[in-house]
Amino acid sequence: MSIQALPDLAIVDLLWTLADDEFVIGFSDSEWTGIAPLLEEDVAMSSLAQDELGHAAALYDLLAGLTASDRDALAYDREADAYRHARLLDHGRGDWAMTIARRWLYETADAIRLDALAGGTWAPLRELIAKIQREERYHRMHVSTWFERLATTPGEPRDRLADALATLGPDASTVFTPLADETTLVDAGILAGTMRDQEAAWRATVEPVLAQHGLPTLPDAPAPLDGRGPGHGPAFDWLHGEFTAVRSADPGATW
Amino acid sequence: MVTTLTRTVTEGADINAAVLDALAAIPDPELPMVGIVDLGMVHAVTVDGATIRVEVLPTFVGCPALDLIGASIRDGLAGFGREVVVEPTFAVPWTTDRITPAGRAALTRAGIAAPDDPAAVRCPLCGSDRVAMDSVFGPTQCRSLFYCRACRQPFEAMKPV
Repeated sequence: MSIQALPDLAIVDLLWTLADDEFVIGFSDSEWTGIAPLLEEDVAMSSLAQDELGHAAALYDLLAGLTASDRDALAYDREADAYRHARLLDHGRGDWAMTIARRWLYETADAIRLDALAGGTWAPLRELIAKIQREERYHRMHVSTWFERLATTPGEPRDRLADALATLGPDASTVFTPLADETTLVDAGILAGTMRDQEAAWRATVEPVLAQHGLPTLPDAPAPLDGRGPGHGPAFDWLHGEFTAVRSADPGATW
Repeated sequence: MVTTLTRTVTEGADINAAVLDALAAIPDPELPMVGIVDLGMVHAVTVDGATIRVEVLPTFVGCPALDLIGASIRDGLAGFGREVVVEPTFAVPWTTDRITPAGRAALTRAGIAAPDDPAAVRCPLCGSDRVAMDSVFGPTQCRSLFYCRACRQPFEAMKPV
């Protein structure tokens, strides 16, 4: 399919959400570099963060091609309100259990979304997704190991995980916030199902796991229409200040 | 005339073979004991009168060494007197299955276990199968950390993708 034949606005909207999700979770994870609870986890979280930021960079590159921009400008030169990541990622780093709960909710949702994109008709995105999927498999192995460990260790580990899920659960479905023009993407064969369809598939995988462990369940309400902002709140405002600090210290510099 | 080559096609005009030889000598910046061709990173090479175009498969989407690899390729092919264009592509996903037997041997010699199912990994130092994975994530995106219970040495293994 040629670029001219693409539903441009709809695909630009989709790419913003994919890229901003990976960018924000990558930056949040990188906050553990140097202070993770175990040396191996320090390495793991840094490597995970590097993967996610790499995915974001490649997705911003696709976006840059469609909007005549460049990836750094797309990643760094926006006001906090313009970021389109899911509210699930707006709660700040928190403790280790919070990080594991966030990663588990996000990675399980991202897996469903990647499946919905994997057979897409737009080759540049399909090819990138195929490569990303090979890396995300390791991310899910990592987070599900930790999730099981915390969920099955009575006392503080399990209590902290339950607290984190109670905080994040109400925002977890925002990864599947409906896009304004998503039926165009479904009709064009770029996306295999609507966000509501994907959310249903995701709930069918995660709700039994939460129930099995007796952990807080997800609210029934589907993703709200404003699940990707504007208004990401103080935790993201702080993170935004952090990740734009170097860029804004010397605008236009090449690093 | 434009000739498209892949690493498996070494026949053809002298220049094509010479370009492939030059590429084969370029080391990976993070695994300098192995060349980019033996790592399976070179997807296609196109040589014409004015240009040599090399399409490279990133081992990981966010591989930070990609710019360095591009610079090494431009340096390594500078002697051909043509413009060298290096383009990353995801046209096919790079997988560890693309590493050649020579590449796997070079990794093992350098103390890095070649990519395998974790259960099949052998210690690159003593050959023992009494190994345990310490962490699936290692010092670079493409490596995991292992420990050998036989020779009591930590070692790294390439992560199968």
